[in-house]
Amino acid sequence: MLIPHPLLGLRDAAEFTYLGDAALIERPEGDIENAQDVFHNYLFLRDNPAGEHRELWFHEQGDRSWLVVTRNTVTHEIIKAELARDVAIQKGRST
Amino acid sequence: MHYSGFRVIKEALTGHKGWGPAWRDVAPQKDYDYVIIGGGGHGLAAAYYLAREFGGKRIAVVEKGWLGGGNVGRNTTIVRSNYLLDGNAPFYEFSLKLWEGLEKELNYNAMVSQRGILNLVHTDAQRDAARRRGNAMILNGSDAELLDTEGVRKLYPFLNYDNARFPIKGGLLHRRGGTVRHDAVAWGYARAADRLGVDIIQNCEVTGFKIEAGKVLGVETTRGYIGAGKVASSVAGSSSRVMAMAGMRVPIESHVLQAFVSEALKPTIPGVITYGAGHFYCSQSDKGGLVFGGDIDGYNSYASRGNLPVVEDVIESGVSLIPAIGRVRLLRSWGGIMDMSMDGSPFIDKTHIEGLYFNGGWCYGGFKATPAAGWCLAHLLAKDTPHETATAYRLDRFRTGHAVDEKGQGAQPNLH
Repeated sequence: MLIPHPLLGLRDAAEFTYLGDAALIERPEGDIENAQDVFHNYLFLRDNPAGEHRELWFHEQGDRSWLVVTRNTVTHEIIKAELARDVAIQKGRST
Repeated sequence: MHYSGFRVIKEALTGHKGWGPAWRDVAPQKDYDYVIIGGGGHGLAAAYYLAREFGGKRIAVVEKGWLGGGNVGRNTTIVRSNYLLDGNAPFYEFSLKLWEGLEKELNYNAMVSQRGILNLVHTDAQRDAARRRGNAMILNGSDAELLDTEGVRKLYPFLNYDNARFPIKGGLLHRRGGTVRHDAVAWGYARAADRLGVDIIQNCEVTGFKIEAGKVLGVETTRGYIGAGKVASSVAGSSSRVMAMAGMRVPIESHVLQAFVSEALKPTIPGVITYGAGHFYCSQSDKGGLVFGGDIDGYNSYASRGNLPVVEDVIESGVSLIPAIGRVRLLRSWGGIMDMSMDGSPFIDKTHIEGLYFNGGWCYGGFKATPAAGWCLAHLLAKDTPHETATAYRLDRFRTGHAVDEKGQGAQPNLH
């Protein structure tokens, strides 16, 4: 698989390590009500679709940026790659 | 029809005209007491033990493809009972004991071969860990022997002992471990279950559940609606997809694991060996091919094929352990889809939906568990309580803080 890195162009997937479901960006606050439930679901119940999946890849052997890659899990086709930083900022998070 | 040596001779002398199909080809009835989704090893074993041990009646196994076409026919056929943790060890020991009596029980030649599994160690720390694991195995009723370098050399003289980085310092030998002909396991259980009246329905894909007031009433399939008293999902690899139809999220990611077979060689590798410095395990099939594998590819996948970096990694590990295989040609490679759970351990449990049961999350260790997983799922279906060896495999164990993390990796499925 080749991942279209937004800054570096097409890079071999072997340069990356994989973390999982991109929802891991959205870490809940620790002081909310039901924190135990919310953190259980955040950590253990992830999306696992057959089809398009948004997921976190880390460019460990490259520029060490985190990417949010949209990939089809049935065909391994990569549809989109964004900097995880940009995704987090769009969601209103500070850098 | 009972299979025996006498029968083979008789059929040979009479033109093999007396063999019948090993199981019936049936259409689904309107409803059953038990419907098991997934005609793999686990589902068929569950149906068999449910009928044989727990007096279950009116049982159906529904399979979207053909028997033996899923992971039971795609694995590397290794069976073992060399687990460390209390939640796992009794279960896998129970499974290995069932393997030992399987062929007589099923009247089917599954080629159970207890040829021994050797886990190599390359450092003092690994030797300590192997000693600890071996002691735990013995305490739990399994067998283990710690070999030194010379002990390993006697069994496998052709390994690369003097590798500068990873010299072989010894190994943990589990003599009762070995291999089993994987397809024959599916066929043997299917035939034995069929003889007990279980309906095995192939080419019948489940497309939905009928759930009313928190109770499952049946399953929608490509061959029509089937009513059911109890439904069990036993579809490791596709668990997330099937359970999503019941509105459930399960702590599982689907990953692809590749495996490889070489061209046939003369007898070379008598048992199963695993490399301690890279992820590589290898045995030789009775046809002569070297059967080997290594790590999963590491990203969510439902494609039954992997990518080349892992192929390279596995073969590099193999050649560094057994330099002689550098000249061997690869015959084929393939991928299978694994339920990778959040702690590397499986689930055999009730769900919050009444009458719906779940067996999955087997990571890449489901094959060795086949008999015990079937037995324990049958026990759960019949009695609504977990079998004594499978009490740790609960769906809510992350919520309650009882993860069974054999490798100590935490909630990172691709590292288990």
